[in-house]
Amino acid sequence: METEPKKSDEARAAFWSANKRLISILLIIWLLISLGCGVWWVDWLNQFTIGSLPLGFWIAQQGSIYTFVILILIYAICTDRLERKYGVAE
Amino acid sequence: MNLATALFEAVADPSRPWTFAFIGITFGAYLLIGWRSRVRETRGFYVAGQGVPAIANGAATAADWMSAASFIGMAGLISVKGSDGAMYLMGWTGGYVLLALLLAPYLRKFGQYTVPDFVGTRYASSSARIVAACCAIFVSLTYVAGQMKGVGVVFSRFLEVPLEIGVVIGMFIVAFFAVLGGMKGITWTQVMQYFVLIVAFLIPAFAIARILTDGNHSVPQSAFLFSDLAERLNQIQIDLGFDEYTQPFTSDTRLNVFCITAALMFGTAGLPHVIVRFYTVPSVRAARWSAFWALLFIAILYTAAPAVGMFARYNLLNSLHEAKIVETEVVDASGGDGGRTLYRLESPKGEALDWAYNWQATGLLSFEDLDESGTISLAKTSAEATIDKDIIVLSTPEVAGLPAWVIALVAAGGLAAALSTAAGLLLVISSSMAHDLYVQFVDPEASEEKKVMVGRLMIVLAICVAGWFGINPPGFVAETVAFAFGLAAASFFPAILLGIFDARTNRQGAVSGMVVGIAFTAFYILGNQWDTIFSVTRDVEFVRPWYMTRWFFEISPQGIGTVGMLLNFLVTVTVSRLTPPPPAEVRQLVEDIRVAG
Repeated sequence: METEPKKSDEARAAFWSANKRLISILLIIWLLISLGCGVWWVDWLNQFTIGSLPLGFWIAQQGSIYTFVILILIYAICTDRLERKYGVAE
Repeated sequence: MNLATALFEAVADPSRPWTFAFIGITFGAYLLIGWRSRVRETRGFYVAGQGVPAIANGAATAADWMSAASFIGMAGLISVKGSDGAMYLMGWTGGYVLLALLLAPYLRKFGQYTVPDFVGTRYASSSARIVAACCAIFVSLTYVAGQMKGVGVVFSRFLEVPLEIGVVIGMFIVAFFAVLGGMKGITWTQVMQYFVLIVAFLIPAFAIARILTDGNHSVPQSAFLFSDLAERLNQIQIDLGFDEYTQPFTSDTRLNVFCITAALMFGTAGLPHVIVRFYTVPSVRAARWSAFWALLFIAILYTAAPAVGMFARYNLLNSLHEAKIVETEVVDASGGDGGRTLYRLESPKGEALDWAYNWQATGLLSFEDLDESGTISLAKTSAEATIDKDIIVLSTPEVAGLPAWVIALVAAGGLAAALSTAAGLLLVISSSMAHDLYVQFVDPEASEEKKVMVGRLMIVLAICVAGWFGINPPGFVAETVAFAFGLAAASFFPAILLGIFDARTNRQGAVSGMVVGIAFTAFYILGNQWDTIFSVTRDVEFVRPWYMTRWFFEISPQGIGTVGMLLNFLVTVTVSRLTPPPPAEVRQLVEDIRVAG
């Protein structure tokens, strides 16, 4: 992305706050899916079914793991973009 | 048994020649890779010269990570725990999200050799470095014991080599590539070991999925989700007097499942042997991507494992329940205790159950026809069969009647999983002792050759200690490992996280937090579990008074690391605020590691 080159310190600070925002969003999803849907609400979710399995059981044993992989993928892609946007890549 | 008899008997057991062949080929490959990646300087020895591509590091991390517990123990644990087995699945994968988002990129930017290096530099303190190095050694030793037991189990069952000799062979192989190649040797052998273990896990998983669904589903993940196996299994469980397989919180309370899952996740993110893998890639960006590759590679096994656990349980109940006793024989009767009775069984459908006979020889499977009915009952109330969780994955191919070479492949996969993890842990122990303690405090002027030499010596020493633990194993593989996570969560995770994200955290805070966290957690675990950890009975007169109950809200020792971690955070943040802020150069370091460029 072609933006005006900013002052290095400002760019770094701006990158850091954008980065913290991204991390916070992804970690909230992480927490809700794993310890939330996978553990705390699992029996409530079991009243629904997915395929031939109770939903809570499936999230706990499979769905959460797929979510984790996707979360890291999103983080890697978005951080690449953020670094380019703020001109702070290596 | 000597090698000649073993080879002779190999003719009798069809899987034996395959086992010799697979183990021979894979071990030969590890030795070759180890020889080709030998190193001379510390940067190569500790961080593989920081030249490992992201995807290769992902595979190495996956092998480093997936231990004997993941390969041998986990599907078995899930199969026994049912729905609650999710604590291991989520616990051992969810931590990678924390690692990728919160730790790995910043530690790579910092770019030193070890976790204690970061802690020591960030907190400008030798004492913080010593505390971190001791935590790393303690955590890694707990963990490595389980690997060596795994090696012993595989050797004793598949080659009928005594457990001690199996452990010694394993030690020699690891010693060869780790001593010569350090991190570089370990990395490239781990890449190879990943492929061995994933193929060895998936082939039987695909085969058994196909068999149990009558060819409708080949992919275990889809057989798990779409076939009617779960319903059939739930029905059998109820008929035998157990809870439904998909019923949560049968093995523990909601709070405990929560705490154990959290302790495993935060512990994963704090385990030094995993963190240190991210020091080996060429850039910060590569660290982020290799975290993605690592979890993707891990997820391939971890999404298949619950399927294997469920299939194995179904298969076991189906073939062993009401199995007819064809013949019994008494062995080891000379010991004076009446010996053990081995049972030859036939399934209800009339097939001979050779695998059940073979596994009794290891002592991990035993039967007793208590009601003398001539059949073995697996109903909850009768308890006529004792099945060690460790054998569930290893016996699955035999139970499903897969060809002999698949059985041999599983043996090679189990060894790959145990050895790759052991190697990574041994490097952490060695680098903590050689790099963080010896070179820092005893001989700071050491030459490059001497540093590497000390590193190699420490690996040899660590291997000997690990081998001793392998022959005298403290408790059950996966549970022993689970304690290491609580300790890692309670010590490293807060110190590293706050070191990056909170510039105000200072030396006093971090050191007191780590000490409080690990002391509380270790005290609670030892108090509750000393009998299983040291393999003694609780009735010894002078130790009985030291036995504790689950005094903290009845939280299990496996989940107490979550509480230890929260304590660590609380102590670190509070003490830091009450003491002077860290010096300017430390604040500069924090600014520096936060941004890649």
